[in-house]
Amino acid sequence: MSIATPSAVETFTVTLIIRRFDPEIDTEPRWQDFDVEMLPTDRVLDALHKIKWEQDGSLTFRRSCAHGICGSDAMRINGRNRLACKTLIKDLDITQPIYVEAIKGLPLEKDLVVDMEPFFQSYREVQPFLIANSKPKEGKERAQSPEQRARYDDTTKCILCAACTSSCPVFWTDGQYFGPAAIVNAHRFIFDSRDESNVRLDVLADREGVWRCRTTFNCSEACPRGIQVTQAIAEVKQAILRGRGA
Amino acid sequence: MWSWVLHRITGVAIYFFLLVHLLDTALIRVSPEAYNAVIGTYKNPIMGIGELGLVGAILFHALNGLRIILIDFWQLGTKYHRAMFYVVIGVWLVLMIGFTPRHLINVFSEGAV
Repeated sequence: MSIATPSAVETFTVTLIIRRFDPEIDTEPRWQDFDVEMLPTDRVLDALHKIKWEQDGSLTFRRSCAHGICGSDAMRINGRNRLACKTLIKDLDITQPIYVEAIKGLPLEKDLVVDMEPFFQSYREVQPFLIANSKPKEGKERAQSPEQRARYDDTTKCILCAACTSSCPVFWTDGQYFGPAAIVNAHRFIFDSRDESNVRLDVLADREGVWRCRTTFNCSEACPRGIQVTQAIAEVKQAILRGRGA
Repeated sequence: MWSWVLHRITGVAIYFFLLVHLLDTALIRVSPEAYNAVIGTYKNPIMGIGELGLVGAILFHALNGLRIILIDFWQLGTKYHRAMFYVVIGVWLVLMIGFTPRHLINVFSEGAV
C-alpha cells in the first residue's frame, strides 16, 4: 500500500518588478523583473525569499519574524504600504506584475532597505515611556481601571514598521514632520491615566508637530495593525487645545 | 488622499484668482476708465468658462473645508470622513448642475449682463 499523496497543489507564476538600488554601482534606482513560481499560500515575503535564494542573492531587504509583529518588512507593494509577510500574493492582481519598492520619504540605502534613523529620532523625541513622579498610592501598583486602559488601547498596537509615516504626503515633502507613528506612540502615553507628564503635548504643539497633519488618511489606510491613526492624531490635537491629555 | 489633493489644487487656484482680482479691483483707484477697460476684456467665452471653473473650485474648497473642520472637531469625524467626502461631492454636483446651465446661457448670449 502506498502512502496517500496529496493531490498536487496548484501553483502559479507571478512577475515581481522590484526597484533595485546598489549604492556601489547605481547612481539611480532601476526596476528589475523576476518570474517566480508561487503557491496560493505564499506571501510577498516568500517571493522575495525565493528570488534571493534561487535567482539573485544580492537582493536586499529587511525581515525578522516574518509573522507580522516585528515591523521590519514594511514596503510599498503595488503602490500601497504593506508588510510583505502579511500580504498574500493571491490577494493581489496576479495577472499583472507586482511592483515592490522601498517605503518612501526615508533615505534609500539599498534595494528595499531604507535608513530608519530619522523615523526613530522622531519616536524618541516624543518620550515614549511612562513618566510619573508621584509615589503610587497605598501599595506598589499604579492601579488602572479597564476603562482607563481601553482609552489608549488602539495605539498600543503599533509595531514601528513606518508604513504610516512613509505613506504620509506631508512627511514626503517635509522630513522634519514628526509623522504619524511618533504621534501614535505619544498618544499611547498622553491618554494613559498613570502618566503625569505634559511634555509630549509641548513637543507636538511645535510647528512640525500635530498641526502638520492634513488629514489625508493615508496613514490609517496603510497601518498593517489597523490602528485608527488619523483619529489618534485628531485626539492629540484636541488634547493640545485643552492643554491636557488623560 | 484625493480630497486633500483636490483641496490643495483648488486652494492654489483660488489664491491666484484672488491675486489677479485684487489687482484689477485696485484699478478703480487708478481711473474708472482703466477699470472698465480691463473688466470689459473679461467678457468673452474663455473667461466665462474660467468663471465656471472658479465657482467649481470655490464650492469644492468651501464644502471640503467644512468637512475638514468636522474631522478636527467632531468626535466621530474621523470615522465618517469617507461618507462626508461623498456628501461633499454630492452637494457640489447638485450646486454645479444648478449653476452651470444658467451661467453658460448668460456667457453665450451676446450682450446679456
